[in-house]
Amino acid sequence: MKYYSTALFLVFSIFCELYAQNNKMVLVEGGVYLPLYGAEGKTVKVAPFLMDALPVTNADYLKFVQENPKWKKSNVKSLFADKSYLAKWTDDTTFTGLKDAPVNNVSWFAAKNYCECQGKRLPTIDEWEYAAMADENVPDARKIKTYNQYILNWYETPKTFNKPVGSTFKNYWGIYDLHGLVWEWTQDFNAVLISGESRKDVDKDANLFCGSAAIGASDLMNYAAFMRFAFRGSMKARYSSQNLGFRCAKDIEN
Amino acid sequence: MKSTIKKFFFTKMLIGLGAIALLSGCVNDQSSKKYKNAVDIPVNQEMIAELTSPPFVPTPVGKRMAKKLIVDLEIQEREGEMVSGVKYIYWTFGGTVPGSFIRTRVGDEIEFHLKNHPDNKLPHNIDLHAVNGPGGGAESSFVAPGHEKVFSFKVLNPGLYVYHCATAPVGMHIANGMYGLILVEPEGGLAPVDKEYYIMQGDFYTEGKYGERGLQAFDMQKAIDENADYVVFNGHVGAMTGDNAITAKVGETVRLFVGNGGPNLVSSFHVIGEIFDRVHVEGGDLINDNVQTTMIPAGGAAIVEFLVDVPGTFILVDHSIFRAFNKGALAMLKVEGEENEKVFTGEIHDGIYLPEGSVIQSMPSLDRNAPKEEVKALSFEEKMKFGKDKYMATCVACHQANGQGIEGAFPPLANADYLNADVNRAIDIVLHGKSGEITVNGKKYNSVMTAQALSDQDVANVLTYVYNSWGNNKTDVTPEMVEAVRNK
Repeated sequence: MKYYSTALFLVFSIFCELYAQNNKMVLVEGGVYLPLYGAEGKTVKVAPFLMDALPVTNADYLKFVQENPKWKKSNVKSLFADKSYLAKWTDDTTFTGLKDAPVNNVSWFAAKNYCECQGKRLPTIDEWEYAAMADENVPDARKIKTYNQYILNWYETPKTFNKPVGSTFKNYWGIYDLHGLVWEWTQDFNAVLISGESRKDVDKDANLFCGSAAIGASDLMNYAAFMRFAFRGSMKARYSSQNLGFRCAKDIEN
Repeated sequence: MKSTIKKFFFTKMLIGLGAIALLSGCVNDQSSKKYKNAVDIPVNQEMIAELTSPPFVPTPVGKRMAKKLIVDLEIQEREGEMVSGVKYIYWTFGGTVPGSFIRTRVGDEIEFHLKNHPDNKLPHNIDLHAVNGPGGGAESSFVAPGHEKVFSFKVLNPGLYVYHCATAPVGMHIANGMYGLILVEPEGGLAPVDKEYYIMQGDFYTEGKYGERGLQAFDMQKAIDENADYVVFNGHVGAMTGDNAITAKVGETVRLFVGNGGPNLVSSFHVIGEIFDRVHVEGGDLINDNVQTTMIPAGGAAIVEFLVDVPGTFILVDHSIFRAFNKGALAMLKVEGEENEKVFTGEIHDGIYLPEGSVIQSMPSLDRNAPKEEVKALSFEEKMKFGKDKYMATCVACHQANGQGIEGAFPPLANADYLNADVNRAIDIVLHGKSGEITVNGKKYNSVMTAQALSDQDVANVLTYVYNSWGNNKTDVTPEMVEAVRNK
């Protein structure tokens, strides 16, 4: 079913109005990192890529639906977005909250198409996690206690989606708001739970429940990452959520 | 897996059958049938489950037949108060810690609707220890914010079970309050009692120490080190003390459904001044009679029952006693009714015990002819020093190191209006004890302070220390003032 709908979507997605959007992108230099899940204790190479410095805002998204009416609240196909799609918009072209607050309640299909319409794509989990390891000063702050506590604190703080983009810290790469406003969609968000990797399905409990979540994880102290993986695992591509937005990424052109 | 229905219930059932047949038109032969295996118990009719917030429990199942029971539970992440002035973001099943109480009987088919409020940040799920199945339902109930999951199971084993959230990182979900109890009654129900209550212990880990004001975040390192700042009954300090105390009348039988959510600590559950007549050990079939303290593992439960014989306030504690005095693990059961001197007389004599063959004699202070102890004239500094030592040895357990007391149980001495209003009354309380309701700084207290066997000099020292600390009115209490009160 998932593959079917994805295929159907690919046909559907070709028809979109391209427009230039002015969200600045910044370069994230490549490197290697050890992900929490999915690499059997091996490090993963991340190629250099460009990432939006800011999450997509309500105003950005309004422009998108005006140019691509199929993504308007009243037009959207239920295959691609569930009932909470743009739930807080009072009609097709009126959002609530700040115009520069991150857009939320958008499905993966919608976020993916938004990026494609700008010649971009969603970042992969590895790219997102790699960029989000950075604090203000260093590219990998995961062992710094205050950094982890900062992330855990915002996961516990209600209604952060109401704040304007750019209101949290600028990280080592020049990216804002990876932690502090909303969760963000990634290209392969469900790759960890829905594993096509048969060895894993046979040998291990691949679920993120109870003690099982500790099996196969590379860093038991990274509670923040556990929560992100759990969140991603709970989502389906047509779901949308109040605390979930997105930003786009792009390959480096040679 | 198997549940045998006891002969006892069977016989009772037969007696009741005639009456039921008269009252209800839909009785069929299943009510009199014995099922060797609980899986085979048929269900008829659908019912919305009654859910209650602690300390209350839903209506007993009584003699009702197994039904399809619809449980509707909403997960809410919300701010609450840990202790006065300290805020905490709780994650809850149904808006309370512990979560709503679910009451079922063997053979019920539960259709569970787990709803994750759209404002919530996180996905959640539920692992019910009463479920026979993978993850206790955790796998089937994993639900994203703004979504609802439905799964169903049949309850097969009677007992009292914990449920909790099992989403990674599990410890953090439990530490934030995501646990509760589900009761599975045997066919025919538990024996009726007069009062039933729902209590659940939990440990909390905050960035600031106990009582540090403001919104306190979860502290991951303290949780991993199992170094709790708060150990409480029903989610926060004072949830069941003072006006929130649970109540009973003399002669009533009280049944407590006690759970322990953890995440880390095992509870030594005890009621000061009561003996449990019956304990369903670990919430299962095993009954132990005449128990003083029962162990409740993290992720476990017990049902305790006792008849209350005399009136008074009975304090429920985790008998790992520093948790009770310093971290909040205190609750109260207030019992009203007639005194029963056959059971408990209260104090009838206060004598001095001298070993080496001496006979018991009365307190020297009460004996007009006894020689006066020598009173040394101390400097103010010395009085403060000796007073502090005496305070730390005698008073600190209840009134706490900085005189802050424990709200709902032990009144504060720091900046206390009651203390500063009347020095002679304060001296009298130290000498003769105090019981009954008093109001200190706007909060009501109703507990007992025992008479202290201290010399006039000691009383003068300790009260001088108290009056000259923590914002009090700097009264200098002399041994003469103490003597005057003693002689009144």
